[in-house]
Amino acid sequence: MTALKQEDGPAFCEPWQAQAFALANALIDKGVFTADEWANTLGAEIKRAQAAGDPDTGETYYNHWLAALERLCAEKGLALGDEVSDRAEEWRNAYLATPHGQPVALK
Amino acid sequence: MPHDGHDHDHTEPPSDIELRVKSLESLLVEKGLVDPATLDALVDRYEHHVGPQNGRKVVARAWTDPDYRQWLQDDASAAIGDFGFKGRQGEHMVCVENGPKVHNLVVCTLCSCYPWTVLGLPPVWYKSAPYRSRAVADPRGVLAEFGTTLDPDVDVRVWDSTSEMRYLVIPERPAGTDGWTAEQLEPLVTRNSMIGVEKARTPEELKGAAE
Repeated sequence: MTALKQEDGPAFCEPWQAQAFALANALIDKGVFTADEWANTLGAEIKRAQAAGDPDTGETYYNHWLAALERLCAEKGLALGDEVSDRAEEWRNAYLATPHGQPVALK
Repeated sequence: MPHDGHDHDHTEPPSDIELRVKSLESLLVEKGLVDPATLDALVDRYEHHVGPQNGRKVVARAWTDPDYRQWLQDDASAAIGDFGFKGRQGEHMVCVENGPKVHNLVVCTLCSCYPWTVLGLPPVWYKSAPYRSRAVADPRGVLAEFGTTLDPDVDVRVWDSTSEMRYLVIPERPAGTDGWTAEQLEPLVTRNSMIGVEKARTPEELKGAAE
């Protein structure tokens, strides 16, 4: 039996979790998608991760959150999977081309 | 971090998951769908300004003001909004009251719907599969794990939150608090007592915690 009662960690363990949290809520606030669409997509991503063997003990919660966000953005045509992966490559290259200590920006 | 032996003419890229978020964000910002300042404000709000201290005020007022308590029953969203605690997404709030023969417990079996306006962000265990499934299948077992035991004749009610309905438990007012003001009562109200996995603290427990 997994122990439920545990010490509370911080609200977000890493900054990207806070960013992903804020992005989804900003899009809901703007009416880009509804709270109901969001809850259903997040629920579906959690189920999918569980089926794929994720222990789903809460630590991976924001991974599911991000997967749901990417899926809804793709479904709505806001940011397609290819666009996101191309952009990620551009960012990666921008980091690699930026001398250490200087701000990283896309060209 | 020492960077000895490290190549200084580049910056180490962040992890793949960080790059994914960064990429999504930059695309959405370019399309005018989100504003970076709004994102920062959202994070700041949930990290620092919204939390169980809000729910505590609601519960303490319900304990001391019968009219307010009735208002919570009739229209919880409006009564909670009286403190300026308003949901951003139009979700309805429902307050469920514990009593000598009734104990309420809140869960979200689908994902992690939670009364953010009054409790802030949910704890890790609330988002975990064991809690989400066991709160429904074996609520007394879950309560026992939190050290909460109830008499066998107490009716345990489990409320499954949705994106439209969020529940706040009004715990029972502890004995030995007659004449206490709302402000004095607030520290007795814990986050867990407003989710329903624990009871409110007793005056003795509060004293013990302060020492």
